[in-house]
Amino acid sequence: MAAITSSGRLSRPRRRSKPTKQIISLTLRYGVLTILAVIFLFPFYLIVRNGLSTDLDITSPNWTFFPKSLHFENIQELFSDPDVPFLDGLINSAMVATLQTIGQIIISGLAGYGLARIPYRWANLVFFAVILTLMIPSAVIYVPTYVIVSDLGWVSTLQGLVVPGIFAGFTTFLFRQFFLSFPHELEEAGRIDGLGYIGTFWRIVVPNSTGVIAALSVITFISSWNGFLWPLVIGQDPSAWTIQVVLSNFLNAQVLNLHELFIGAMIAIMPLVVIFLLLQRYIVQGYKQSGLKG
Amino acid sequence: MKSSSATTLTHRETLAEPEGRRSRPRIRRSSLKTTLVFWTFVGPLLLGLLVFFFIPIIWSVVLSFSNARSTLSPQGFAGLSNYQAMLTDPNFVQSLGTFLVFAIFIVPLTFICALGLALLVNSVRFAQGFFRLVFFLPAACSYVLASVIWKVSIFNGTFYGLANQVLALFHIAPIQWVFTSNPPWYWLVLVTVRLWLQLGLYMIIFIAGLQDIPPELYEAAAVDGARGGWKTFRYITFPQLRNASISILLLNVIAAFQAFDEFFNIMSNGNSILARPPLVYIYQVALIDGNFGYGSAGALILTLIIVCFTLLQGRILGFGRAE
Repeated sequence: MAAITSSGRLSRPRRRSKPTKQIISLTLRYGVLTILAVIFLFPFYLIVRNGLSTDLDITSPNWTFFPKSLHFENIQELFSDPDVPFLDGLINSAMVATLQTIGQIIISGLAGYGLARIPYRWANLVFFAVILTLMIPSAVIYVPTYVIVSDLGWVSTLQGLVVPGIFAGFTTFLFRQFFLSFPHELEEAGRIDGLGYIGTFWRIVVPNSTGVIAALSVITFISSWNGFLWPLVIGQDPSAWTIQVVLSNFLNAQVLNLHELFIGAMIAIMPLVVIFLLLQRYIVQGYKQSGLKG
Repeated sequence: MKSSSATTLTHRETLAEPEGRRSRPRIRRSSLKTTLVFWTFVGPLLLGLLVFFFIPIIWSVVLSFSNARSTLSPQGFAGLSNYQAMLTDPNFVQSLGTFLVFAIFIVPLTFICALGLALLVNSVRFAQGFFRLVFFLPAACSYVLASVIWKVSIFNGTFYGLANQVLALFHIAPIQWVFTSNPPWYWLVLVTVRLWLQLGLYMIIFIAGLQDIPPELYEAAAVDGARGGWKTFRYITFPQLRNASISILLLNVIAAFQAFDEFFNIMSNGNSILARPPLVYIYQVALIDGNFGYGSAGALILTLIIVCFTLLQGRILGFGRAE
């Protein structure tokens, strides 16, 4: 309450005639915000609550906010359940998201710089080809891509999961836009020191672009970790399931093991919640830049 | 492989560079070098796009004109029959209808709610960062995870589903949320799950737009007698948000067109026929039934639709010119 009034004092000084009206309006706003915040956080709470409950608590006709007891042994049960390749799924997801992020950033960063800075005769034509890929979301052509990738013999393999997602026209476009506004003077300094394009890029441009690299990396990682359609299509063998595919199979199983499903969901989202809390600044910056990626 | 060729190039580059700089007239040589450097930078991307974007599309054009049932290679020319069949396939037409209904719900709702949320969050100072984070946090969630919560916990059709327990307080019988089409409650489930997940993202874009509005505009408006409330929103805030608004609307439509994850996971126990968007239907045709020629034709029809939409929006907004 005290905080609210003090922030009310902070807001732009208006005519003093209606201070009570202002306080009411502010209280109302914080009231609505608090209610909405509770609603938005509620699903997270449900994951934790159900994950640490017994099935009996979850399906109880008298729903209670706090279950009678917390069952952390659910975690151990999940990892030792032979029917659910949960650990494999976690490892697959971590590998896929990490490799895809590294690959996409390197390839898009290089291409973005080349398109922005190297005066090559056909550069515009190449850029047009990249723009062309922006018109068609990769999800829409997953059947054609699947046909080619399976011709390569990559079904249910790590490279099948990772490689097609590395080549991103959109990330390249964003890098290009960023490098176009990179200060020429810095690059000139590199030229004078005898650095070529590659030396300039590596020694001067990259160290001065850590902000944009971090922002695009973190949103690439998030969309890769959360990606579902491509891993579902290409990961046909359970050993190649990512965590999302594992959870989806779990969800659609004949017999639902409720507490394992929810504790699995809780573990699957934990890395991302940590990333969101730690790297929020870069994530917001990344989404602002990209409009919205995935 | 790639990295070693890159390093050798670096050496050649650094050795050749000073010489190339001194001798301006020898354009030919430096242009060859420029070509090499350009392809070192852009080559990997273009190669990848070729293999995983352009060739698949071309190959699927071939497949779509052929019989490719349960096989990935064409077996005999089928002419336009795949396209003809797909365009008259009631399931496919229905899936386009499902997309339209979904878009009609989700696009305006997301727009209005995200704008409202942005205005509300932006209007307070204390704890603004906290609220922004809270509304943004669902973006950390995958659609699969959100589907788990929505389908099993909140909108479970049994008596223990949370929504049904709340209804029970008012003595209303449990509702089979995702298994009944009369009335189609599943839309409530599908729309709220997407709203929860993506509102924060769009809110962020709106807040960025709001903070770009020069404060002088509001000061000028205050001098003219418009102070706070609806008037400044109507004549300053909303027009100033034009760019953010348009891009959010378009992104929303395109995202709705690609809807797959939550439909696949929520409408999946024999109830998929109730609401099956195009990508889910094509999954059924190609990956479950193994009819890749037919599936490719469907994918190409969808591609055509989205390209038309993109070109149309480019025309309306004059993209390309602005750049």
